[in-house]
Amino acid sequence: MTNSTQALHDLGVSELAAGLRSKQFSAVEAAQHFLARAQAHQNLGAYVALNEDATLAQARAADARIAAGTAGALEGVPIAHKDIFVTKAFPSTAGSRMLAGYQSPFDATVVTKLAEAGAVTLGKLNCDEFAMGSANENSAVAPVGFDAPAPVRNPWATDRIPGGSSGGSAVAVAARLAPAVTGTDTGGSIRQPASFCGITGIKPTYGRASRYGMIAFASSLDQAGPMARSAEDCALLLSAMCGPDPDRDSTSLDVPAEDFSAQLNDSIDGLRIGIPAEFFGEGLAPDVRAAVDAALKEYEKLGAKLVPISLPRTELSIPVYYIIAPAEASSNLSRFDGVKFGHRAKHYTDLVDMYKKTRAEGFGDEVKRRIMIGAYVLSHGYYDAYYLQAQKIRRMIADDFQNAFKSCDVIAGPVAPTVAWKLGEHGNDPLADYLADIFTLPASLAGLPGMSVPAGFGEGGMPVGLQLIGNYFEESRLLNTAHRLQQATDFHLRQPGGL
Amino acid sequence: MTTTSKLIHGYEVVIGFETHAQLATQSKIFSRAPIAFGAEPNTQACAVDLALPGTLPVMNREAVACAIRLGLALGSHIAPVSIFARKNYFYPDLPKGYQISQFEIPVVQGGEVGFFLGDEKKTVRLVRAHLEEDAGKSLHEDFIGQSGIDLNRAGTPLLEIVTEPDMRSSAEAVAYAKELHKIVTWIGICDGNMQEGSFRCDANVSVRKPGAPLGTRREIKNLNSFKFMQQAIDYEIRWQIDQIEDGHAIQQATVLFDPDTGETRAMRTKEDAADYRYFPDPDLPPLHISEQWVQTERALMAELPRSMAARFVADYGLPEYDATTLTQSKAMAAYFEAAAKACGQPKLASNWIMGEVSKWLNAVEDYSFEKFTEFVPAKNLGALITRIVDKTISNSAGKTVFVELTHAPGTAFDSALDYVDDIIESKGLKQMNDTGALEKIIDEVIAANADNVAQFRAGKDKAFNALVGQIMKASKGKANPQQVNDLLRAKLAG
Repeated sequence: MTNSTQALHDLGVSELAAGLRSKQFSAVEAAQHFLARAQAHQNLGAYVALNEDATLAQARAADARIAAGTAGALEGVPIAHKDIFVTKAFPSTAGSRMLAGYQSPFDATVVTKLAEAGAVTLGKLNCDEFAMGSANENSAVAPVGFDAPAPVRNPWATDRIPGGSSGGSAVAVAARLAPAVTGTDTGGSIRQPASFCGITGIKPTYGRASRYGMIAFASSLDQAGPMARSAEDCALLLSAMCGPDPDRDSTSLDVPAEDFSAQLNDSIDGLRIGIPAEFFGEGLAPDVRAAVDAALKEYEKLGAKLVPISLPRTELSIPVYYIIAPAEASSNLSRFDGVKFGHRAKHYTDLVDMYKKTRAEGFGDEVKRRIMIGAYVLSHGYYDAYYLQAQKIRRMIADDFQNAFKSCDVIAGPVAPTVAWKLGEHGNDPLADYLADIFTLPASLAGLPGMSVPAGFGEGGMPVGLQLIGNYFEESRLLNTAHRLQQATDFHLRQPGGL
Repeated sequence: MTTTSKLIHGYEVVIGFETHAQLATQSKIFSRAPIAFGAEPNTQACAVDLALPGTLPVMNREAVACAIRLGLALGSHIAPVSIFARKNYFYPDLPKGYQISQFEIPVVQGGEVGFFLGDEKKTVRLVRAHLEEDAGKSLHEDFIGQSGIDLNRAGTPLLEIVTEPDMRSSAEAVAYAKELHKIVTWIGICDGNMQEGSFRCDANVSVRKPGAPLGTRREIKNLNSFKFMQQAIDYEIRWQIDQIEDGHAIQQATVLFDPDTGETRAMRTKEDAADYRYFPDPDLPPLHISEQWVQTERALMAELPRSMAARFVADYGLPEYDATTLTQSKAMAAYFEAAAKACGQPKLASNWIMGEVSKWLNAVEDYSFEKFTEFVPAKNLGALITRIVDKTISNSAGKTVFVELTHAPGTAFDSALDYVDDIIESKGLKQMNDTGALEKIIDEVIAANADNVAQFRAGKDKAFNALVGQIMKASKGKANPQQVNDLLRAKLAG
């Protein structure tokens, strides 16, 4: 440790990067510090894999580059990856028994890009199995320090869920077990846990970040993004993560990487913030509404104008999403058949029996549920009524946003209807989880960038996030909008007690 | 589209084809793994081919270029936008649990294949040709109680070429398959090696009473030789007619041909047909083909067989049948052009190539046209024709010269004519143009064959031909048959 009054884990990404570059502390020291915290707080269930040797080897290499004067933008900054990204240095499980101990022979493009910027990987973070879930209660993998799957706990109240599917990611940042992490967002899996854990997260425009090496859930929706304490830190990571990957991912867009930090401090005087009426209806809990309204008042003080808008098909986004995502998932998960890699049943009588037992044993309930829904909506005679119809409405939802953006620059509203609920509260009611996705699904279906910004606290002192949605490729404007709020408020700096 | 169809026991045969042509690209259709036949198992498969978690497909533009070329060759519509779809089913040699194919909107739409069946011109219409990836191979024989999986072939690019049910006999089906085979190899998109599975045909066969609606079809899978194709279809036709005659309805089924027994047997019936749950592959954006790309491929393509045939008709005055036959392969077409130019007699060159050359090639096992051209360069055949035209040798003597020509290319000679002249000289084949000598032979033959002379005078034309034969024999083939005719007729009349 240095003589700094702040502990290393209290520093943000930009402060860590500056301290490393000016050699106030080494990358090895930073890595050791966060690894020690990860061990000390393993009761939260955030990490599923650590590999100290690999982490310290990366840190030593970073120190060497700093010494040589060839440091990258994130040189020596410790980060961690959602366990949906494949990595060579750590097992990659996607939270599933199916991939217990699976070792990938290659790194995901996002992992490679962050490493090229100098980031050091601390480990892999817990998530819902194949990113399917809104509470991180669907992980089938034992967290570090556990012998069996264990709940991932919200650091603000350890009897509550952290949100999902990037639950471990959000917990790691909120509990300061990593300064910044990666997550993935298919229907809200970055924004919702960020909101529930009081941190900042951004899902960029679909196609901005390569999906190569992200274990696929729903290909047309999956998108990687950073989660950190502030918009400023998210911008630093996002700048390193994005960029075309034409040789590996055909859906990665031919849009060059940007410096997403460049516009952070721009004035938002005159910014038109669209307020969709459909996001403020009956289902919205009063505590969440109060925090969101207060944040919107803050924006007005900063010179922004609130503009009423309508996203008329918001409710339809739930059935549309829960047709398209399971349809794609049912096909994406077919490769887990026990033949080539991953789990294979020990006892079986023939090929079909091997398939059935392997998949029955390897997949959890929620994954099986979605495979069944997906297979059903794609089957002969139902395809037109479900999948095709859902695709049509999906296009209409995207059109609704374009219509809205005629009268506003960004859209704001709640991330989720409530604060984080209690562990086990939704029990065996998957529909309750599905309905809680209502505000994050529309932007996912439209492929728009969206983020969650800490906006205050609600019932039980639980964090509330404000959702900001931008038009395609307007990540810089979103981060600017979020950063200005964070300059005026300190919600993102608060930390849970007992850590 | 057929003009006539031969009925078999009162039934009309209806055949449609689905052909899988393996594309001659460097790498796989959605990965950069190489394609090579016969490599050690699982040495030609990368992470994408193995469907490792996190991998994604990226379209190989070379495979698209092949599809464009086929579309151009067959006069098809090349879709400016086509869609890749997933065909979902579980099988151990299908690593992703789905095959990436094209379903609703294929890249090549419509078009036709024209060919001659005997001297009857046939046209088979195409429905479509779509791009897709091949699966791996399951090896059941080599492992006791287990199966081996070789994923080398997984992800190999294929074009599946689908026809309308336009064929009306096994002979027509085989002629279609041969023509398609010629086209894909001609334009270089497929090596055409049927034994290695580069060109595999499935035949949909049904029978019906003339004028009745289409009968229920059975699909014969994986016909990988033209010989088996004909046998399999013939067997299938007989089997279906027998079934119907015995009062059984035909069940839609997929069948395999067993070359050992010469029979087809059902693999699965329609009841077992899987629901493939096709849907557009979200990992692959729609395939866009610009007009400019099509034009680029057009410019890169060699002259197509049918435009070449049209040119042979227009430029060389050949009958359409000759032109189509000569454009069976690039090598033969080039040989014809060179020979025709060497002698200035296109029709004679065509006759010789379709006649003596083909006859000779058919008689020799495993002898390619390419190899033939090394021994008998086109200029040599041209010289031979020149010597027939200038009456140095008779046509029948020409056949003897031809056989000599097949022994060596005669590279030691200054010119092809010198070489041919040398053969004519050494074999003593020069045509007898000396009327005196010929008259002497004719007189001798008339004197020695009084019977024939008497018969001819009694009105029997056959007797005249016998006399000509005797004269030709006596002249050792050197006499000009026309001259013999004229002189003999004059003498017998006199």
